[in-house]
Amino acid sequence: MPKLLSIILSLFWVCVWWATPLSLGYAERVLLEQRSLYSNILVKQRDGLICLQFHVKSDLRNQSCINPKQPKKMVFAYTRMSMAALLFQPQPRAVLVVGLGGGTLPTALAELYPDAEIDALEIDPAVIDVAENYFGFKADERVRAHSLDARIWVRRATLKQQRFDLIILDAFNGDYIPEHLMTAEFLGEVKSLLSAQGVVVANTFSISRLYDHESATYAHVFGRFFNFQRRESSNRVILAPNHKVSDAELRTRAAALHQTLKPYGVPIKNYARDLIKLRDADPDWDTSARILNDQFAPANLLNQQPRSRSR
Amino acid sequence: MSLELLGGRLLAPYFGSSIYVWGSIITVFMVSLSAGYLLGGRWSLYNPSLGRFGCLFIGGAILLYPLILWADPAMEWIFVRVVDPRYGSLLASSVLFVLPTVLLGMISPYSVRLLVDSVSHAGQTAGVLYFVSTLGSALGTLFTSFFLVLWLEIDQILIIMTATLCGLGAVALFVHFQSADQQAGSNE
Repeated sequence: MPKLLSIILSLFWVCVWWATPLSLGYAERVLLEQRSLYSNILVKQRDGLICLQFHVKSDLRNQSCINPKQPKKMVFAYTRMSMAALLFQPQPRAVLVVGLGGGTLPTALAELYPDAEIDALEIDPAVIDVAENYFGFKADERVRAHSLDARIWVRRATLKQQRFDLIILDAFNGDYIPEHLMTAEFLGEVKSLLSAQGVVVANTFSISRLYDHESATYAHVFGRFFNFQRRESSNRVILAPNHKVSDAELRTRAAALHQTLKPYGVPIKNYARDLIKLRDADPDWDTSARILNDQFAPANLLNQQPRSRSR
Repeated sequence: MSLELLGGRLLAPYFGSSIYVWGSIITVFMVSLSAGYLLGGRWSLYNPSLGRFGCLFIGGAILLYPLILWADPAMEWIFVRVVDPRYGSLLASSVLFVLPTVLLGMISPYSVRLLVDSVSHAGQTAGVLYFVSTLGSALGTLFTSFFLVLWLEIDQILIIMTATLCGLGAVALFVHFQSADQQAGSNE
């Protein structure tokens, strides 16, 4: 009799253990958990999405997500917003991506521009493997993934006088910022890699005190830039073209890209409208904030401090 | 330790901040310190004095100062010639940090020699010395990484460090010559 009771009890506990996550809406499955040289990599399946995370604790901070049923559709607003760079350079032939993550942007660009050469820099070789195994990223002779520190690669590229039409800066995960990739000197090196018709697009933070310093640093290096923010994302995307593009051109390019970008879920016409409005916008950051450079780069400490109210 | 932290910052623009950069820096500091201990102990055998002790501080400051002036051209030179960032960072941290760290490493054993009065108290004196120097390293690390980098540029922190070393050296020299005068006076 006690034996039967214990079996029933254990069955009960198994059911509770199994059903609790379901009832709480946590129907998720861990596909990969790996401690790499630089972070804890976690690939999860949840609500029909496959997501890459770099930290176990902060559940909400997904690095990259893909919907296996609609692999083209971009899940994150900031990824879609980054595609607005195509309004300034609709035919990029050489693309540089700093920070791979799941490789959503390089994968999309490789599909859209079969002749473009793409270099993707990712410090963590394990992340490149994950992007290839779970997120449909494919490295080959044309789409090259380099596993090393971006600052080294960029500096070598400047020595070789390479040029890129589109440079995407997305090397920052939510918890840690590589400080040497957010200085005026680094951005200057990036700018010198830009072709005459090139554009830099950067996915950056917008909630901490770092916002002021980062904005001031970009303004110092690039002059005026498009400070692209939308309600659906707490990120902001900086667009710094190397050349002037008129409002009319933005509109025609948006109309031309509209159909092509539809499968990716990128509302490019809305973006063009937003950017035209942004053209004369005053800085919404503290313009007296100290510029970050190789001598002064406490980006992670600044990111811990709340943003100043004087906006 | 504070210098070691700044070393990471100095190297990052050229060699990144990957784990091997820290590996290079820590290796170079450890090797240099151990050489410094050996040399400092050896040197303490010959006419140890507070004056020579002060010279170690000032020498350290003098060897530290080129970091402010020539760290960038030196790293540029190495960056162009050494492709592998592991050996690049190892070579760069050697060039930048070996000499000042060796000299600063000499200070510890030399101060043991100056402070020890008798063999029976040698252990205690050395203990107090380790206590002071290690705790000082800890505080320097904390203060630099938590606060100084928020307020100052790397070069400014280096200038403060060299100035502090010069100041300490000057105090040691001053005391040395004072007591030398007194001794000379009492001998008359």
